Parts: sequence; structure tokens; C-alpha cells
Amino acid sequence: SSFGLGLASRAAFKHPPKEARKILLLEAGPKKVLEKLSETYSNRVSSISPGSATLLSSFGAWDHICNMRYRAFRRMQVWDACSEALIMFDKDNLDDMGYIVENDVIMHALTKQLEAVSDRVTVLYRSRAVGYTWPCPFTMKDSSPWVHITLGDGSTLQTKLLIGADGHNSGVRQAAGIQNVSWNYDQSAVVATLHLSEATENNVAWQRFLPSGPIALLPLSDTLSSLVWSTSHEHAAELVSMDEEKFVDAINSAFWNDANHTDFIDSAGTMLQYAISLLKPTKVSARQLPPSVASVEAKSRVLFPLGLGHAAEYVRPRVALIGDAAHRVHPLAGQGVNMGFGDISSLVHHLSTAAFNGRDLGSMNHLTGYETDRQRHNTALLAATDLLKRLYSTNATPLVLLRTWGLQATNAVSPLKVRGHSWLSKLLAHGGMTLQTALNFFGLIFLAMKLSSFYFSSAYEQKGTC
Amino acid sequence: MWGGGKLSYFGGRFLGVLGPGCRSSQTKGPRLISSAVYSKNQLSWTLEIKPGVFNEYRNMWFKSYRMTFSCLNRMKSYRYPWTRLYSTSQNTVDSSEVKTFLALAHKWWDEQGIYAPLHSMNDLRVPFIRDNLLKVIPNHQPGKPLSGMKILDVGCGGGLLTEPLGRLGASVIGIDPVNENIKTAQCHKSFDPVLDQRIEYRACSLEEIVEDTAETFDAVVASEVVEHVLDLETFLQHCCQVLKPGGSLFVTTINKTQLSYALGIVFSEQIAGIVPKGTHTWEKFVSPEKLESILEPSKY
Repeated sequence: SSFGLGLASRAAFKHPPKEARKILLLEAGPKKVLEKLSETYSNRVSSISPGSATLLSSFGAWDHICNMRYRAFRRMQVWDACSEALIMFDKDNLDDMGYIVENDVIMHALTKQLEAVSDRVTVLYRSRAVGYTWPCPFTMKDSSPWVHITLGDGSTLQTKLLIGADGHNSGVRQAAGIQNVSWNYDQSAVVATLHLSEATENNVAWQRFLPSGPIALLPLSDTLSSLVWSTSHEHAAELVSMDEEKFVDAINSAFWNDANHTDFIDSAGTMLQYAISLLKPTKVSARQLPPSVASVEAKSRVLFPLGLGHAAEYVRPRVALIGDAAHRVHPLAGQGVNMGFGDISSLVHHLSTAAFNGRDLGSMNHLTGYETDRQRHNTALLAATDLLKRLYSTNATPLVLLRTWGLQATNAVSPLKVRGHSWLSKLLAHGGMTLQTALNFFGLIFLAMKLSSFYFSSAYEQKGTC
Repeated sequence: MWGGGKLSYFGGRFLGVLGPGCRSSQTKGPRLISSAVYSKNQLSWTLEIKPGVFNEYRNMWFKSYRMTFSCLNRMKSYRYPWTRLYSTSQNTVDSSEVKTFLALAHKWWDEQGIYAPLHSMNDLRVPFIRDNLLKVIPNHQPGKPLSGMKILDVGCGGGLLTEPLGRLGASVIGIDPVNENIKTAQCHKSFDPVLDQRIEYRACSLEEIVEDTAETFDAVVASEVVEHVLDLETFLQHCCQVLKPGGSLFVTTINKTQLSYALGIVFSEQIAGIVPKGTHTWEKFVSPEKLESILEPSKY
């Protein structure tokens, strides 16, 4: 997701290298010194998975975050606006499923940790690369085999390995000529910091799929939550500019309103629920309602456009892309920054093994290992997220039926659910659909259509006879 | 223990195929690579046999150089006329192993090119050498585990193994009789200032190091070399001469088995063309037993 800007780049350079290498981080912005954490929460937050938290703690940044602020959540409820189907995630032992941390807090923790390793990592603020010279494939007599970078002030640098962590409009990726598959979604995300009507334990993350897009409420504290509402561009612009009261009403009704329910879907859902309960005794999770919102933090309403992006190659000789430079995803699954952190763990692992084997760091041998590793993981997740976005962007009956039954079925199959935040369970949970399950459900739909047409036609016949 | 000759084989890190005390299983299984590591003045020595999985085997064959007998002689006679007789009689350079490698001298560093198998072999050779040397170093720095070690890489070719060892902190001298190879190696290392200082290349043979300098090394590496030398016994003797007391000799080569004939010569050279024809002569392949039999009775 677009939250990943900058976070991935800083995290990458802090992992303690086995070799005492010289590492340079080029940062376009100025150095941000955060003396005191501001009272008001930032409106840009990220959902950090336990895996990402492990990575952050491996080089000491997580401790800084703990000393500032973060919110752990233990359960997640995801449900549809067009039906009663819902899925509730939690871990068996009620461990934390994830953490909601403000982006500013993460940045500050990383910057602090960067200073701690300043003997090995140098940061050049307000610097921008304007030109790159790529190495030739073979070692020629007079050409340097390294990457040369020209900075805005005219100075040049050379390096054995250039890591591009410059966001979804990556300059490194463009300069290297790496093809990028991308499209813009017809949606923008609205973020805001909300005050709840009353203080609650607030350790549940809520997400409801409306036909216009998903709306999510992420806990920040006992009285505060963060809003992420992906909706059409027009609606997003409206939301950002409307009065506070109307905005709060819109949020509450988005979560509570059942206007999109249809009888057909409701009865189909009930039918499946009954069938499931015959097969196995499941505790039916009653749909809970998220806490109601009382007001919005002043000036916290912002919108940004959404899109998907995926680089065809993550690596070239002496170049590697990580984070949003390699992939950009819809925030509905909360995976953007976690994918970036996953890229970092993988790259660090490959680089440290290579260094310990005396390999040249820019060698394609281990870089392709990193690429294969991550492309396998990221492509699947990107495709799944895109599919879910499309599946849930409609209230056409067949698709609603599909996703309702899918969700209910997945909710009933507890092993998949309880594994918690893994991308697979999220994928299955949100839509109940992999291609295989899709085929199964198409079969069920056929059956449903047949049955309903039989019912209607016979009723019609009865009516029609004179 | 030396004289008694009871050798125990330990499966190395690369999966012990042989259990302790098992000596004759050479033909069982595709053991295509054998490496002998022994330390001078230690009472036991380990022959680590690596099981050759086909993929690894395919990556491991590549022979790296042939030595120019005449060129060597010329060099020697120019510089050291008094040693000419000695060197020609003791020379282990095989004149017939020359031409192909001269032509390929500039292709060393193309990782997807003709030397690709040797490049991928580094994933086995470097950890092997590194881990065995680390056993001898009491405290090593995490960034440069082999720092302080002096290593001689005999038959370094284009420096494929020399550079990783240099990156790990060792001071390495790479020698190769083929001048072109040394030139390629020098050119390649010149771009990296750190490596430039740690590695030194010399276009000479092992005999010259033995005769002309009094240098001794913590480790001598003869990787993919012994199957190309004329006189194996003398070659190994010279290797031992330049070792410090307590130093280690690392030899990697292709095992002499029927399978290696089938795969190494018939398939790779004649059928699949992975390795240029005539690179290997099966008769010159060295088996672990042969290596042992040479090294064991010597006073080293």
C-alpha cells in the first residue's frame, strides 16, 4: 500500500550486516527530528503483522515503538454489506493478531535505530539521484563493473549493489527500464482519526465490504480509532469536504445500515448456515457491531488514490527493488507494508549468506534467489487482493451469493480461520475463493438457480391456471 | 596413527555418505567429488567425500586451465637458468593441457557463460574451505572471518575462487601458469580497492614458489587442478612444502569412477557439449584413495 513509502527503505538498512560494509542511504526529504511525540495521533497508520514485528525487533526498532505507542488487536471481524455473512478471526490463545502503529512512529523508531548504527550506515538527507550508469554484462577492460549514481549536486557515487526502495513511482525502476504492470483503481482511500462515543477495550479490527468499497476501523487507543474507507473518487471527495456531523453519520451508517441486504441472499445464507450446522456443530458467531463514532479529529481527513502495481523483475545485475518500488497493493488486506518488510527479511537473508560465502553482493546468483522467493509470495497476494476488491465491488446477485456462501463456508472451517493473519486465510476468508473453490461454488449457484427457477415457475404455473 | 594407516572417513558437512571405517564404497552411489583435507602434524586426517548429486556434478566439472610447458620453460630459463634442469625434471605442468584454455581466458567472469559450473561450485568450495579454516582460528571477526590467514591458490585461473577467499578477509596469492588467466584475474580484481590489496596474482607455477621464495602459507588450495598435472606425487609434495606447520591443504577434483566417465566425459563433452571436448582425460582423474596413498606415506 502507499503507506510503505520510506518505511521499507529505512528498515532495510538497519539490519546488522555480517560484513562491515559501507552502506549509504539517499533520502530526498530533510532529517526529521521528533523530540516529543505529538498528542494527536497521525491519520496514517499501518497494520503490522507479527512477522514484521519480529523483523523490527531483530534490529531493535520495535523497542522504540513500544516506548512510544502502538495498539495490539486480538480479533478481526470482516463482513459483507449485502448479506449476513461474516468471518471472525482470532488466534486460539488470544495472542495478538497484529499491531496498529502510526507511520510516523515507525519512521521515528527506524531513524533512531539508524543513528545507532551510524558507523556502518551513512544517511545523506536532501539528496536525490538524477542519473544512473548500469554495469555491462561482461567485465570489459575499461568499463567499471559497478553501478554509478549521479546526485543532484553533481557528485557521483559507485556501488556494488543498488537497492531501490523509492516507492511506487520508483526512479530506480524506471531508470533500469524494468517493466511495471500497473493500473489505477477507480477508488480513493479516505483516512481519518476518529473519537469513539465511549471508551472500550478496543482491540478488534473491523472491516465491512460495501458495494462502493471496504470501510475499516482500526483501533488506536481506548477512545480513538483510525478510519480507512476506500470508495469511489467522487464519494471520497465528498466525504473529505462534508461537515463533521454528516461525516460521522456516514461512517456509522456504513457500518450499521443493512439497506443492501436482499431477501434472496438472506435466505440463501440461512440455508447454507443450516446445512453447515447439520454437518458439524459450529458456534455461530453472531454479528457484532463496531463501536459507534462520535467525532472526527480536526484536520485529519485526507484522501489518496489507490492502484495496483507490480514490477516484472525485482532484480537486475547489481540492482534490487524492495517495498512499494516492486509492488503496490490495495489497502483492503492491510498487507502493503508487511509485504515490504517481508522483502527486506528475504533480501537480508540472501545477502548475508552470500557475503558469508565471499560472493560479490551484486551478483545475480543470490539476487535471483530473492526475486523468486518474493515474487512467488507477492504475486499471489496481489492477485488475491485484486480479486477480492473486484468481487466485493458489486452487488450483483450471483457474485454476492458466491461470496456470501464462500465466507460462511470459510468461517465454518475453523483451521483455515484460526491460523490468523496468514495471507492465505485472509484470501479465503474475504471471498472464500480460490479458483478451485470458485468452481465449486459455481456448481452450487447453478443448483440454486435451478431450484429457484423451478420454484418460481411452479408457483407461476399455479397462478396461471385458470 | 599415521603409519598404522587406519583411516576413518567422516562424512563432511556435505552429507556423510560413508560411515566411519568404510573404505571401499567408492563405486557405490554417485560420489563424484572428493576432497581431502589434512593438517600437517595432526594425528588424524579427514577425507570428506561429497555425494555428487547430478545437478551439483554438472556444475562441478569444469576444468580451468592447461599449462604451457614451453612458455614455462622459457620463463624459467630466462629467470632462473641454474634451475632449468631441476625444473624440467620436476615439472608437474602438463604441456598437453594448454590450448583450449588460452582461447577461453577472457570468459572467466561471465557467470552464465562457459565457466558457469565453476561459478556455482563456489557455493560448495568456499563454505568448505571457510568452515575448515575457521576451526583453526580462535576468534574471528564477523565481517572478515578469514582475516590474518595467508592462502595460496594453485591454478587460480581467472580468480574465481581467489576473490571470494579475499572477500572473507584472507590474504591470497593466486598462481597460474597461463599468463592470460592472470591478466584477466588482475583486471577483474582491480575495480575493487579492497580486493586489490588483499589478493596478489603471479603468473608462475608451483615449483617456482617452492624454489624461489621462502613463503609458507596457512592454507594451500588446489581446486580442480590435480587431474591436470603431470606428476601428482611431486605436485602434492610441493604443496606440502609451502605449508606452514599446522597448515591445511584443500584439494577438490573429480573422482575417478565409472560414473564420472559416463557423465563427465561421455555425456558432458561428447553428447551435451557442456564442457568442451578434450577438457578432461579420464585416466588422469584422481580418486580419493589415490590421494590418500600419496599423502599418507610422505613425511607430511
